[in-house]
Amino acid sequence: MSLVPTSSQTVGPFFSIALGRLCNENIAAGTAAGECMAIAGRVLDGDGMPVPDAVLEIWQADARGIYPRNGEKEDSSTAKGLCGFGRVATNEHGEFRFVSVKPGSGSDTEGREHAPHLLVSIFMRGLLTRLMTRIYFPDEPRNANDLVLGLVPEERRDTLIAKVADRAAGSFQWNVILQGTDETVFFEW
Amino acid sequence: MSEPVSYRLPHLSTQPPLLHPAYVSSQKRAPTLPLIRAPHTSSELSGPIFSASSVEPRICDLTRQSSGAPIGERIVVSGKVLDEDARPVRHTLIEIWQANAAGRYLHKKDQHDAPLDPHFTGCGHTLTDDEGRYRFVTVRPGAYPWRNHANAWRPAHIHFSVFGPAFASRLVTQMYFPGDVLQAYDPIFNSIADEAARARLVAGFDWDSTIPETALGFRFDIVLRGSRVTPMEK
Ligand SMILES: [Fe+3]
Repeated sequence: MSLVPTSSQTVGPFFSIALGRLCNENIAAGTAAGECMAIAGRVLDGDGMPVPDAVLEIWQADARGIYPRNGEKEDSSTAKGLCGFGRVATNEHGEFRFVSVKPGSGSDTEGREHAPHLLVSIFMRGLLTRLMTRIYFPDEPRNANDLVLGLVPEERRDTLIAKVADRAAGSFQWNVILQGTDETVFFEW
Repeated sequence: MSEPVSYRLPHLSTQPPLLHPAYVSSQKRAPTLPLIRAPHTSSELSGPIFSASSVEPRICDLTRQSSGAPIGERIVVSGKVLDEDARPVRHTLIEIWQANAAGRYLHKKDQHDAPLDPHFTGCGHTLTDDEGRYRFVTVRPGAYPWRNHANAWRPAHIHFSVFGPAFASRLVTQMYFPGDVLQAYDPIFNSIADEAARARLVAGFDWDSTIPETALGFRFDIVLRGSRVTPMEK
């Protein structure tokens, strides 16, 4: 038996009344091992105007590159201190910010190493389906061999790589540009 | 444990496009460059896990979140969350939000000149059970005007957010009501080209979940991406 997946619809303008409950800018609990980081940015529309009503969902591995797995107990060593999931809404200036630990590199089923990255879903009024993308890190030698990054035309890869905002503080900047020059790369998964 | 397999891509006409000009706010927000198709890795095939401790059990009854009863027609909305192989999606988080019976959201940016209901928040959440079932008790939402075009009205709907087992299975959608004449005029509903797919967003009236003398029942089943079979690419 094969069923057709249910069609997507927009979150509309009023999602925060329900989705706000899980908004949390600290993705890693205080006990998570690894290198602390903060990622901040803005969401801009086709006129370059800030989008004040977007919500981003982040999904990432822990510092060893391991994801919590379904069926595992919450207190297992895999997930210790890091739930890996975050949800942040933009403010009236289109800005968002979250803090976490830098994910490790991990590897796929063929044993190929991934570059460290975070997954991002973007929802907003005007988007009938979510947008999906990834955030990578600058000065990361493993970016050169990353399977997914390798599918992106070289001149557009920069849109996926966060910029260092303050090296000592471990803070990065990464923007979501919906249209036009420097339009962010979005994936079909 | 076997390795997870890549999910198949949904048929295009059963999902809305990013740019649907009749839905005006898609014009400045839909990306203009084509999406880049990428294989699933362990990143897309894993996802957040929500345990019973992350939900408030009583929140699934939106008619009992306050000291008094909300105004409106009480309804039960229930159904199953399944994957493409019709296997139940167990213990997954569902979040819902909706307007009150007068068509007004409890949101500071909702400017519709209709009354707020002091006894209705319009939001709830729950986890599916061992068989993938969920159940909410709420009131039937009203239609509401919006500024998309002259005399634009959204048909009555409830917003649904569902996670499923993986980043790739995540879904946000809207449930509509049977027999609502406004559906024919709604650019959001009609952004889905496939008529049968559109029809699946309309809940069925359901005698079985109707509570005699209390609430009418509506059934809304949800299918998330994901199947046991590796898709064979042509
Ligand atoms: Fe709505």
